[in-house]
Amino acid sequence: MYYVETRDIVKQYTGHLALDKVSIQVPEAKIYGLLGPNGAGKTTLIRILNQITNSDSGQVLINGNPLREKDIYNIGYLPEERGLYKKMKVAEQALYLARLKGLSKQDAQKRLKYWFDKFNIRDWADKKLEELSKGMQQKVQFIITILHEPKLLILDEPFSGFDPVNTQMIKEEILNLKDKGATVLFSTHNMASVEEICDEIGLINKSRLILQGKVQDIKLSHRSGIYLVRLRLPEDLELAKSRLEKSPFFKIESSVPDNYYWHLELSIQAGFNDNNTIFKELLENYDIVSFEEKIPTMHEIFIKSVQS
Amino acid sequence: MSKLSLIIEREYVSRVRKKSFLILTFLMPVIFVLIILVPLLLSSVKDTKVREIAVIDASGLYLNRLQNTPNYQFLSCSDSTEAYRNQNKAKYYAYLIIDGNLIEGNPRVRIYSVQQLGPDLKDYVQSQLSQMASEDKIASYQIEGLEQIIRESKVRVKVETISWTDDGDEQKTSSEISMIIGMITAMLIYFFIFAYGGMVMNGVIEEKSNRIVEIIVSSAKPFQLMMGKIIGIALVGLTQFFLWVLLLLVLLIAGSQFGGIPLDGLSPSMPGTESSLPPGVLDSLHALGSISISKILFWFVLYFLGGYLLYASLFAAVGGAIDNSEDAQQFTLPLTIPVLFALYAGIYGASNPDGPLTIWCSFIPFTSPIVMMVRLPFGVPFWHLLLSYGLLALTFVLSTKLAAKIYRTGILMYGKKITYKVLWQWIKPRR
Repeated sequence: MYYVETRDIVKQYTGHLALDKVSIQVPEAKIYGLLGPNGAGKTTLIRILNQITNSDSGQVLINGNPLREKDIYNIGYLPEERGLYKKMKVAEQALYLARLKGLSKQDAQKRLKYWFDKFNIRDWADKKLEELSKGMQQKVQFIITILHEPKLLILDEPFSGFDPVNTQMIKEEILNLKDKGATVLFSTHNMASVEEICDEIGLINKSRLILQGKVQDIKLSHRSGIYLVRLRLPEDLELAKSRLEKSPFFKIESSVPDNYYWHLELSIQAGFNDNNTIFKELLENYDIVSFEEKIPTMHEIFIKSVQS
Repeated sequence: MSKLSLIIEREYVSRVRKKSFLILTFLMPVIFVLIILVPLLLSSVKDTKVREIAVIDASGLYLNRLQNTPNYQFLSCSDSTEAYRNQNKAKYYAYLIIDGNLIEGNPRVRIYSVQQLGPDLKDYVQSQLSQMASEDKIASYQIEGLEQIIRESKVRVKVETISWTDDGDEQKTSSEISMIIGMITAMLIYFFIFAYGGMVMNGVIEEKSNRIVEIIVSSAKPFQLMMGKIIGIALVGLTQFFLWVLLLLVLLIAGSQFGGIPLDGLSPSMPGTESSLPPGVLDSLHALGSISISKILFWFVLYFLGGYLLYASLFAAVGGAIDNSEDAQQFTLPLTIPVLFALYAGIYGASNPDGPLTIWCSFIPFTSPIVMMVRLPFGVPFWHLLLSYGLLALTFVLSTKLAAKIYRTGILMYGKKITYKVLWQWIKPRR
């Protein structure tokens, strides 16, 4: 079941096409990473989901139904450009923004107390925002985003500006919310965090969706058939190498010896689909220290997809 | 609670709670009263310094007839000025030199002094000498009783202005009082349009540069945010205005208790107290009674709202289009010019309330809020008010729609150079 689904979204700005028939599927209670280089159209798509801008054509479905005005209440949005009223007291503006989302005053106050305690900023509730440190302001902003317990969280670069401790805290909180059933759509350039927490991704490049699916599936579909092999350094490296080169099963992509080990990247030749082929051949003649299939990182997949 | 009213509440409360609002609200009437009272107080402080003026009168006709005042004493002095010029010059305050008989030829009259003189002494001497010269001239005709004849021939005609009310009753009016009331209300509207229109613009710029605007428009519609801000600030303006009226009344009543100014005289229906006022003031007060204060107040509030809504929405659009207040100039200029023009038309119109410029400007929506205020105390046909306000209301609905289009697009646009061409692209209808 998809919690968010877009169908052929098109958005045209004067002189350029921001989104060209973009259809994404975000499964319920999963973390979906929306990736893409700057200017690819991510923010436009996010704004359409938030009903800040309208699409020219196409459809947005939330939980199977067309997007309605009252869905605003089900969405928590953290824009990339953070900002709150600098001169307004922290608790006051959290309350105001929560009520603007549609939360009642009493509920908002109760939940605010819980989160302020949890994030350790209770003492700052009556301070003006500008008196808080940057990290603290970010925490306040995060609390405001999730205060009304939205079913869908849309986070644009949620970790930017956080120190590692706070990043960890926010990360855990996002996973927590997912466990409670929230669907998270988050846009980022930080590929390490994608590998860490995303279940699925969609990659937008030049206004089009060029890649979508489960992180694991995408990685496997991008495997290149290269194996990273570490062997104990043979006594006669030249001889060992020439013997290896004669093998009909694979090709040496790179060969780097150091004082103890010989690092190799081997690729299987066409026609041999079996990992064990390589393994067997090596097993007979060399001392294997480690052997693994080289799975591309999201970073590599990103660069490769965007450049092709 | 609806989103709009939440936004209005925030805009209103956050401003009314500010220290600057409280200070301005409570200080303004005090300053206003001080501006009126201080010159009165100062004029009651007497200048006790006596200044001696040496008179060198070549004709000998005038020295003895020059009247001393508490501040100026005219003394005879036979020396020539040269003696004083170089040495004892500080001995006297000034030296009045009359070269000869003023009705024969054209002798010079000069006042020398070390200090630069104010107009006070010169005016006094001039009027005294003119009077003497004219008396001498009359006497020189040697006609019996000429002086009497001339005095009697000076007839002063006093014109009263009276207007007929709808049911034919007579009403004493005073164009001066009407003018003053018209000017004050016109100035107030002018002030409110700029002060609160500017407040709207700065509020929009603040939200945009704080980047909070994206969070708000993910919860509420941009139009709600814009209107919430405009209405919230309008309420701030009305609060301030009514507090001023209230405070002014309190201060005036308190002042009348202290200063013994009989405020009761303001209502001409109480004849008992009138005798204590000079007749001129009494006439004015009668005339004041003929101008319906409540009617002016009613239309003032309506035109304030209309004019403010018209301009505030445009100011909001400007704030939405630009990134920081430095860029505001090029877009606020087209808004400033009609308001300034309206003020000048209003000032001109105060002395010519039925002139074509005044009448036309009281219909044109961009000037009517100010110019109509000037016409109002002189009496305006009801259909004029209705037509003028109808046009104003229509225009502010249109300008709000237009502004909303610019605002909606502009608030999410950063770092783009905004020109009138770009604005037009935002406004023009999509095909």
